[in-house]
Amino acid sequence: MTTEVAPIVTRRLAAQEPWTLQSYLSDGGYGALRKALTMPRQEVMAEVDRANLLGRGGAGFPAGRKWSMLRKAEPVYLVVNGDESEPATFKDHLLIERDPHQIVEGTLITAYAIGAAQAFIYVRGEFALGLERMIQAVEDAYGHGVIGANIFGSGFSVDLVVHPGAGAYICGDETALLESLEGKRGFPRIKPPYYPAAIGLYGAPTVVNNVETMSNIPWIVLNGGDAFAALGTETATGTRMFAVAGRVNRPGAYEVELGKNTFRDLVYDPKLGGGVRDGRELKAFVPGGASSFWFGPERLDFSLDESKVKGEGGSMMGSGSVIVLDDTTCAVRAAWRLVRFFHKESCGQCTPCREGSGWLEKIMRRIESGHGRPQDLELLMDVCDNISPGVSWPSRWPPNMTTICPLGPSIPPPVVSSLGMFRDEYLVHVKEGGCPFG
Amino acid sequence: MADLATSTVAITVDGKQVVAYPGEMVIAAAERAGVYIPRFCYHPRMRPVGMCRMCLVDIKGPRGFSLQPACFIPVAEGQEVCTTSAAVRKAQDGVLELLLVNHPLDCPVCDKGGECPLQDQTLTYGPGESRFVEEKRHWEKPIALSSLVYLDRERCIQCDRCTRFADEVAGDPLIDFVGRGDHIEVNTFPDLPFSSYFSGNTVQICPVGALTATPYRFRARPWDLEQVESTCTTCAVGCRMAVQSSTNQLTRYLGIDSDPVNHGWLCDKGRFAFEAVNGVERLSRPLVRRDGELVPASWGQALDAAAKGLRDVRALHGPDGIAVLGGARLANEDAYAWAKLAKSVLGTDSVDAQLGDGLPAEAVLGLPRATIDQACSAGAVLLMGPDLKEELPVLYLRLRAAVVDSGIPLVELVPASGGLSGYAAASLNYRPGEAAAVARALVGAGDPADEVAGVGAQALRQARRVLADAAGDVVVILGRPSVADSGESVAEAAAVLAEGVPGVRFLAALRRGNVHGALDMGLAPGVLPGRVGLDEGREWWSQAWGVIPEERGLDAAGVLTAAAEGRLHALVLLGADPASDFPDAELARHGLAGAGFVVAVDTYLNESSRQADVVLPAAGYAERPGTTTNLEGRVTRMGQKVVPPGVAWPDWMIASELALRVGGDLGFEGIEAIWDEIERYAPSHAGITRRLLTSPLARDGVVAPLSEETATHTVPGTGRPGGGPELLELAPDTGGATQPVPAPIDPMSDPGIDAAESQGISATEVVPEVTSGVAPEQEEGEQEPGPSGAERPPPLRFQGAGSPRGLPKLDGYALRLVSGHTLYDQGVGVQRSPSLAGLPPAPRLRANPYDLDRLGLTTGDSVRVRSGHASFVIEVVAHSGVPRGSAALPFNLEGQSAGELIDASGPVTDVRLETV
Repeated sequence: MTTEVAPIVTRRLAAQEPWTLQSYLSDGGYGALRKALTMPRQEVMAEVDRANLLGRGGAGFPAGRKWSMLRKAEPVYLVVNGDESEPATFKDHLLIERDPHQIVEGTLITAYAIGAAQAFIYVRGEFALGLERMIQAVEDAYGHGVIGANIFGSGFSVDLVVHPGAGAYICGDETALLESLEGKRGFPRIKPPYYPAAIGLYGAPTVVNNVETMSNIPWIVLNGGDAFAALGTETATGTRMFAVAGRVNRPGAYEVELGKNTFRDLVYDPKLGGGVRDGRELKAFVPGGASSFWFGPERLDFSLDESKVKGEGGSMMGSGSVIVLDDTTCAVRAAWRLVRFFHKESCGQCTPCREGSGWLEKIMRRIESGHGRPQDLELLMDVCDNISPGVSWPSRWPPNMTTICPLGPSIPPPVVSSLGMFRDEYLVHVKEGGCPFG
Repeated sequence: MADLATSTVAITVDGKQVVAYPGEMVIAAAERAGVYIPRFCYHPRMRPVGMCRMCLVDIKGPRGFSLQPACFIPVAEGQEVCTTSAAVRKAQDGVLELLLVNHPLDCPVCDKGGECPLQDQTLTYGPGESRFVEEKRHWEKPIALSSLVYLDRERCIQCDRCTRFADEVAGDPLIDFVGRGDHIEVNTFPDLPFSSYFSGNTVQICPVGALTATPYRFRARPWDLEQVESTCTTCAVGCRMAVQSSTNQLTRYLGIDSDPVNHGWLCDKGRFAFEAVNGVERLSRPLVRRDGELVPASWGQALDAAAKGLRDVRALHGPDGIAVLGGARLANEDAYAWAKLAKSVLGTDSVDAQLGDGLPAEAVLGLPRATIDQACSAGAVLLMGPDLKEELPVLYLRLRAAVVDSGIPLVELVPASGGLSGYAAASLNYRPGEAAAVARALVGAGDPADEVAGVGAQALRQARRVLADAAGDVVVILGRPSVADSGESVAEAAAVLAEGVPGVRFLAALRRGNVHGALDMGLAPGVLPGRVGLDEGREWWSQAWGVIPEERGLDAAGVLTAAAEGRLHALVLLGADPASDFPDAELARHGLAGAGFVVAVDTYLNESSRQADVVLPAAGYAERPGTTTNLEGRVTRMGQKVVPPGVAWPDWMIASELALRVGGDLGFEGIEAIWDEIERYAPSHAGITRRLLTSPLARDGVVAPLSEETATHTVPGTGRPGGGPELLELAPDTGGATQPVPAPIDPMSDPGIDAAESQGISATEVVPEVTSGVAPEQEEGEQEPGPSGAERPPPLRFQGAGSPRGLPKLDGYALRLVSGHTLYDQGVGVQRSPSLAGLPPAPRLRANPYDLDRLGLTTGDSVRVRSGHASFVIEVVAHSGVPRGSAALPFNLEGQSAGELIDASGPVTDVRLETV
């Protein structure tokens, strides 16, 4: 059963107009910043390190370690990634729209900890309301004196810019985001260099953190890293937001304690997903966003622990999106829908992703619309293999890739999972010349 | 690129030990070791992007082998690379199949078919057939990116080569990716065509048939083409290129990567001017004037007429009544033959390969010299010359890269801003005619407090700081910044810099194709072949030539003035058109009219040769073998690919035949004999034997004079120096200069030059071993006696060109004129090439906004510009790159050329603007 812990990042979301500075201040807002500024930088960093806060964007890299990896050079930049754009992923969306000040405060504390004098919050361009509120929040924070020169008389100065994206999913990739921020085309950067911590924005050492990661920082500073680490389990500390979507009764974003809860809790807890819609059977679920390998019902009891989901399950918690497919859902159609998204969003840089995404999409559409051929199944697998060599289900981790960024290897999982789990459905499509689900 | 010389890294490629250089990419190291890794986006002259994924190879890391792009992974000590594993094969096969998914496979109608890297690599590494049965992506095909370049987006494989070239190499980011995913396309920005001077290079490096050039589209199939290696002589940079033909028609030029010169690039004018060689209006028969008309004649009749005219003038007025203008279009051998004819047979020293638009030969030949590479790695570069982007485009590319990529500081000492101004650390825009004053302020003691010649004190201080901080010797790019003033001041400025900047060296930047070779061969007043002065060289050269003129002759301006005044009676034009090219059009016209007898040797009838009494048709570019010399003094071989039209002859042959008829014998039966004589007598060319020129050591030509390095190259395995006849065993005598040296060519850096399968990349390239020591003939003080005992003359040393004339006072209503050439102009190469003929810009007069404001003028207004010579109405453009008090107008554009305004008799030309 779901563990009951006080929410961290979502604790204010239900408040009256929680996005205003007034509301934030009345809840003790910017107190964590005031506290952090009295601490040595290293101590702030140490608290976050102790919290073992894993990045909430998808890759799950420990935030504290990311900060400590910064190349020693001036200047240093902090970039907050709010370019959440995947289908059925909508946790950051909520945080940006309803509690922008929490993100701003986390950003300011982080900037202080890493010694950045300039920070950016990159917000997905389609978040019209979120952008409006984020820009207002930053403006109000400047007015309130928590951004700018000599904050709280501490001698620490930082500037913060809100930058709207221009509608490309790929800019959620941290290096594509940096390119976009520099005013260039949103092409992910080729590795090496491997980490923006060495060479990032304008060639300077840069920390790129997710919006939810930043939202956790004020709480960690106020309550200590140990308090955060006490939540969840050793390998999965704290709480995390999950966007539960698909055929559930209560689709929405929920914050739950990591490690101690399971996917079953997320889907069936009456306070969370509330069970499969219309009392249907759960057929499969996507555990960590569009690019994750699917799980069948037998994995519902996997705990929400990235190490388990990856290590044992061969998938990932990724972007924190759980999509539920019930027994009325066509697996081919669901997979095609996801591939279609990646096809539209491939940046076009690497051949396998650029051409492979379109090819896969066309084959999937053909099968779904009843024009599939028996050999298409093998072809699908082989095209996937050419994008992500050795692709299998469940997959090995990390995936092999023939592309520069992970968007390429993000395409095969829906195809490979649906084919692996529901090969019969594909065969029915091919044999009967159409979709059995209508 | 890292410093390749310092240390090495050992890696293993397919089990083979390979020595690599730190910073080198795996793909390059493997290639040197003879392992070719297929690629599309990688180009050795551009930043890698790792986009096509064709070069994926297995590289061993902490987690074992994984697929990595060989173009983007730098070598590391102990690195293990496998290019033949099953994973690599699968990746190559997969990438190729994916590349072909949206490729139209319209090879039968594609110009690239037969020399297409996509075709070749699909055959070698790809799947036999595609499993793709869906509808392909469609685009309108083709679209024009400019009037020269067409783009078929269906064929494009998004390798980023053209877009990278435009941005990184050319500095003209006019094409870019639009859209994303498999709908990504290369395109221009709205209303901005891809009008780069270098656009043709994108066509050459395109690995598919997406980019095609209008002059070649649908003209030939690659397998029908024959080619020779040659050197472009459109300007004096000397870019190496492949000249290709089909059925005795030139069809295409392709850039060849010569490391010290052009890095594989060509400018569009050089690349597409082959159309002019093919022109139907080429002179193919001699013409003789009868009853006022030029009528066809036989060679015998025409040569007799020419010889008679010259003999008559010589008999009546002496040899000084004859002058020879031009010769910069000629091969070195031709230029030498003409110099010998003029100076020894005709006996005149009034010979000038420049048409008043260059610098005194002494300044070009007699200053310490620098190569392009030396300029591009100098402590600082000082540009005192024309707008390189317009006049010497590939030198512009090299210098731009030196500034942008290597951070070499550039100081401009020019009268108006040009293509490199945006890259200059300091721009000194001086008042025309006053370059020397600025040069003095630059090298003088103490920072100047006031402006000098219109250059502000702050700019001067900045420039002085750049030169003072230079981490190495300064190289001056020395040419003629403007043809609207006399150039005396520039020559004087050069002398000032030579004196005042320690260790300074000069890279000449004269414009015409082989003008530097022509000067080397003695086609200038006061000099003899081999960069020696007339007086110093007289004794030496009399051994070879017999008679040498006693007095220094006239330069082009002097010749035309003398002819106009009736003091000079016969004029020989060697591919020269003074009426169009001499800065002062009026003087040129008077000079041509005043010369009683004019012989023109040319490839086309032009404004000047139309007035000639005898016109002799000459073989043009690619129609005769020979050598040419670029602005560094680099001697390279030109190949013959087609036969001349009609009965046109090579220039040396015309000189030889004419000599016989005026009572002399040049003694040549072929260009080999001419070159041997040059090598034997011309001090600057000693040791540059035909054998050396045909050896692998001379793949990029040989810089004259022979450097110690080249002279003392040791032929590997023999221990013999490589400079002289010792090369016998290395390179069999091919008997002539027509046989190109086979150079290893990477088909992916030069697509279209070879096919991928037969690339034959040499793993055992001959690397010259340099031994210390000095070649005997180079040793100071010990000069080898000449063939009959005369002392070899010392090389010319530039001592300054005498004190320049004083400048007239610039009155408050006048503007001092600046004029230079644009790449595309009214010249023959452009106008006789249909693809280029429409490209010259409309002439517009640039002036400082302050001056225009004063006259109530603004950009787009028409104004009457008036000089002492002429006036015409022209559009003005406000441009802050033209300093106050000056006005800039291009030379030789249709209608309103600066030539009509320029007065060559004075040191500067002042003009007035009158509102209309």
